[in-house]
Amino acid sequence: MSAALRTLSAHSSRLIVAVPWFWLALFFVLPFLFILKISLSEPQLAMPPYMDWVREFEDGLLTITLNFGNYVLLFEDELYRDALWGSFTVASISTLLCLLLGYPMAYAIARAPEHWRMPLLMLIILPFWTSFLLRVYAWIGILKDNGLLNQLLMSMGLIEQPLQILHTPVAVYIGVVYSYLPFLVLPLYATLIRLDNTLLEAAADLGARPARQFFTVTLPQSMPGIVAGSMLVFIPVMGEFVIPDLLGGPDTLMVGKLMWIEFFSNKDWPVASSLAAILLLVLIVPFVLMRHYEQRRQAEEEA
Amino acid sequence: MSQPRTLSNQSWSAPEEEPIVQIRNVTKRFGDVYAVDDISLDIHRGEFFSLLGASGCGKTTLLRMLAGFETPTAGRIIIDGQDMTSVPPYNRPVNMMFQSYALFPHMTVAQNIAYGLKNEPLNRAERRERVTSMMSLVQIQKLADRKPHQLSGGQRQRVALARALAKQPKILLLDEPLGALDKKLREQTQFELVNIQERLGITFIVVTHDQEEAMTMSSRIALLHDGRAEQVDSPRRMYEFPSTLYAANFIGSVNLFSGHVISHEKDMALIGSEETGGELLVHHSQPLAQGMPVTVAIRPEKIRVTDTGSGGANQVTGEIKEIAYLGDVSIYHVDLPSGKRMQFTQSNVLALAEQPLTWGQEVSLTWNTHSCGVLTQ
Amino acid sequence: MRQFFTRSPLLVMMLLAGYAFLYLPIVSLIVYSFNESRLVTVWGGFSTKWYGELMSNGPLLDAAALSLKIAALNATLAVVLGTLAALALVRFRKARGHKSLGVMVAAPLVMPEIIIGLSLLLLFVALENLTGWPEGRGQTTILIAHATFSMAYVTVIVQSRLAHMDTSIEEAAMDLGARPLRVFFTVTLPMIAPALMAGWLLAFTLSMDDLVIASFVSGPGATTLPMVVYSSVRLGVSPQINALATIFIAVVSLAVLIASVILYRQEKARQ
Repeated sequence: MSAALRTLSAHSSRLIVAVPWFWLALFFVLPFLFILKISLSEPQLAMPPYMDWVREFEDGLLTITLNFGNYVLLFEDELYRDALWGSFTVASISTLLCLLLGYPMAYAIARAPEHWRMPLLMLIILPFWTSFLLRVYAWIGILKDNGLLNQLLMSMGLIEQPLQILHTPVAVYIGVVYSYLPFLVLPLYATLIRLDNTLLEAAADLGARPARQFFTVTLPQSMPGIVAGSMLVFIPVMGEFVIPDLLGGPDTLMVGKLMWIEFFSNKDWPVASSLAAILLLVLIVPFVLMRHYEQRRQAEEEA
Repeated sequence: MSQPRTLSNQSWSAPEEEPIVQIRNVTKRFGDVYAVDDISLDIHRGEFFSLLGASGCGKTTLLRMLAGFETPTAGRIIIDGQDMTSVPPYNRPVNMMFQSYALFPHMTVAQNIAYGLKNEPLNRAERRERVTSMMSLVQIQKLADRKPHQLSGGQRQRVALARALAKQPKILLLDEPLGALDKKLREQTQFELVNIQERLGITFIVVTHDQEEAMTMSSRIALLHDGRAEQVDSPRRMYEFPSTLYAANFIGSVNLFSGHVISHEKDMALIGSEETGGELLVHHSQPLAQGMPVTVAIRPEKIRVTDTGSGGANQVTGEIKEIAYLGDVSIYHVDLPSGKRMQFTQSNVLALAEQPLTWGQEVSLTWNTHSCGVLTQ
Repeated sequence: MRQFFTRSPLLVMMLLAGYAFLYLPIVSLIVYSFNESRLVTVWGGFSTKWYGELMSNGPLLDAAALSLKIAALNATLAVVLGTLAALALVRFRKARGHKSLGVMVAAPLVMPEIIIGLSLLLLFVALENLTGWPEGRGQTTILIAHATFSMAYVTVIVQSRLAHMDTSIEEAAMDLGARPLRVFFTVTLPMIAPALMAGWLLAFTLSMDDLVIASFVSGPGATTLPMVVYSSVRLGVSPQINALATIFIAVVSLAVLIASVILYRQEKARQ
C-alpha cells in the first residue's frame, strides 16, 4: 500500500481497523475471560447458576473466593479424562481418515483436465452448503439396525443378523469424515494445483520413478495444505457435539457432548466452563501450527 | 518521426523560462533504504523526459512522488510554480499511465476514459466530445463499448494513454509505457508516443529501464543509479560524452583504460596508461590536475584499423581473439600485450567480403582525439 | 476425461468412490422423502404427503421464518464487518491492532462451536447483570453470535480477493481525480462485488445451519429451525425431516446452478 493512500485515509483507516477489532474483542475474546472466571466459581442453584467471586457478607465485608475445585474434579474424575481422550482419539483418527480419502481426491481433481476441475470442486463444496444437521441425520437412516446399509448387506447374503453400527464409534467416524471431508480437500487442492509440474518432470528426468516423484516432490510440496486441512478438521472435531450425540452411543464420550450435558442437563455452568477452558488450552498448539503454515502460504502466494 | 533535438546545450531550449517541474533535493527513504537520495532535477515545458536506470535505481519511486502516491522524506516538488510536495494525487495537475495499465475491469473503454472527467467542469456533451476526441487520438474509436478483458495488449495500452490524457494534464507520467508490448509493437509505438506528445505539447516524463527506448524517444534523459542522478543530458551527449564510469557502462558498450594525467594543455589531455602500453591524447575542456588517476573511454565503433607501426598516441596493437558476426556489424575482441582485452566493431559493408580480419591476427587500432572521453569518477 | 481415466484409473476410481460417499446419503434423504410409509427405510410407494404435513407444521414453519430472518440480517452484518476486517488486514498492515486482528479473525474459523456458544452466553449473562443489556436472550443475541463467527468466513473470502487485486487500479482512479471515498465506491467495491456476494451467501448458510451456538444464546420464544429439527431428530427419523431436507437441497442446488451459470457466462465473455 502506498504511503499516499495510507496518510490520506489515516482517519478512516483507524476506523476500518477499529470496528471489526472491537467487535471481535467484545464478542469473541472477552467471552473467553468469562469462561475462565466462571470456571473458577462455585455452582449454586439460582440463575445464573454460579456464585460470584466477590461476595458481600452480612457484616459488609467483601471477600474474593476462587474455587479451583472444578479443575481438581476434572483431573480426578475418570469421566472427564476419558471424554478428553475420547475427543482426541476421534479427532486424530478421523483427521487421518479424511487425509487418506481426501488426498487422492484433491490430487485427482488437480490432475483432471482443466475444464473438469471447477465442476469437480463444486461437487465437493455443494454438500457443505446444505444443512450439516440434515446430512448427519441422513446417516441415521442408513446406519440404524433396519437401515439401508443393513438391508443391503442382508439382501446380498453377507450377514444374517443386522450389524449394530448406529450408536457405536464407527458411526461417529463415518459422520465426522463425511462432514469434514471438504475442509481438507479444498486447502489440499489449493496447494496441489500450484505445484509446478516442471518439478515433477525434473525429478523424472533425473531418474525418479512415479512413486519416488510423489514421495520426494509432491508430498513435501503439499505439506502446507496437509497441515492446514488437517487442522481445519482436527480442531473443530475436538469440540464436536452433534455427531457424537446423534450417531454415537453411550460409550462414545467426547468433550463437546459432555459440556452440553453439564450445561443443559446438570446446569453446572462452572464445570462446563472449566471443560471449555481445558479444551481451549489443548487447542492452542494445533491453532498456532495452522497459523504458521497459513501465513507461510500467504507469503508464498504474494511473492 | 522525432526531429533531432538539442545537441550541445545542457539545459532545454529556453533557460529563462521557469521549469514546469522542479525537483529540489528530494529524498525518499523506506526504512533504512534510500530509494531516492537527494535528487534535484528541472524538467521544462514540452520536454519528453526519461528517467532511465536499472531496476531498484529509484526511478519508479521518483515518478510515484511526482504523481503523489509517495511523499518525499525530504525535499520539495514544485509543479508549474506550485509546491506539490504533499498534495494528494487527486489534486495534482498530472496524470499517469500505469505499467500494468490499471484499467477499471468493470467499465467499458469509454467509461474508463470518462472516469477522470467527472470532476471537471464539463457538461454532458462536452464530456462525450472529449472522450471521442481522445479515442480518435489513439485510434480506438471502434472499441468504445468493449471491456478491458476484450482488448489486446496494444489496445489496452492505448486506452490507458487516452484515459490519462483525457483530463489534459500539464504533465503526463508514463511508467514503463512499452514494457508489456512485444518487440515489434514496441518499436512502432515509440514513434507514435513521440508524435502524440509533439502534437499535444504536454510534458511527458517516462520511466524506463530500456536504454534504446530512452534514446529513441527522449529530449533528455536522467540516468539514475542507487537513488542518485548519475547524469542528466540529451541522448546524444549521454552516449558520446558520458560523465561517469557508470553512465559510460550503462549505455552502449565501451572500452575503458585506466591511467593518470601526464599533462593538460589547450583542452588536450595527455594520459599515460599501462593497459594500452602507451599514451592517450584526449580532447577535454574541464581542468585536470597532473598525476590525477582517470579513465579513458572509447566506444567500439569509433575505433579504426590502421597499418601497423605508425607509433604515437591513441594507437594500440593486439591480437584478435574472438569475432562475433551480428549481421550489420561484427565485434572483434582484441588482447593487448598488457593482458587487457578491448573490443571494436566494423560495419559489414559488403555481403560477401573476404574476411580481412581473422582469429590470431595482429591488428593496430587507432581513434580520434575527439572520439573518446576522460572520466574522473 | 477419457484420457485421464485410462492414464490413472485408480485415481479416478477413488474420486468416484469419494463422490459416492458424499452424495449417497443425500440421495437417500431425497428418495425417502417421497415414501408413503412412516418407516423411513421401508418403501411404501410414492407419496408427497410428508410435504403436506410439513407445510402444516406450525412450530416448524415459525422456526423456519425466524431462521431465515436471522440468516439474512446476519449475512448483511457479517459482510459489512468482514469487509472492514479484510480491508484492515490487506490494506493497513502498519495500522495499530493489525496483527491481533489477524489472530482474532482466524480463530473463529476453527473454534469449536460449543466453546463460542458457551462463552458468548456467559458474556451476555454478565453484561445483562452489569448493564441491563441485553434484556434476556433471543433474536438479538443469536444475531450477534452468528455475525461474530460468520464475519470470519466473509473476511477470508474478501481478503483473498483484495490481495489479488492490482492496487494500481485504485491509484489510477485517484490519479484521475477521485477522492478516497469515490475510489472505494466506484472502483474497489465493484471489483470485490463477487466476493461480497459469495460471502453473503456463505454467512446466510452458516446461520441457517447453526444448532449449537443458537442453543446456548437463544432464549424462550426464539427457537430456530435447526433447534426444532434437532429435537425432532432426537426422537428418531421422521419423513417430515426428509421432506425438509429435500427442499433445502433443491433450493441450494438451484442457487448453485444459477451462480455457476452466471460465472460461466462471465468466464465465456472474458475469453
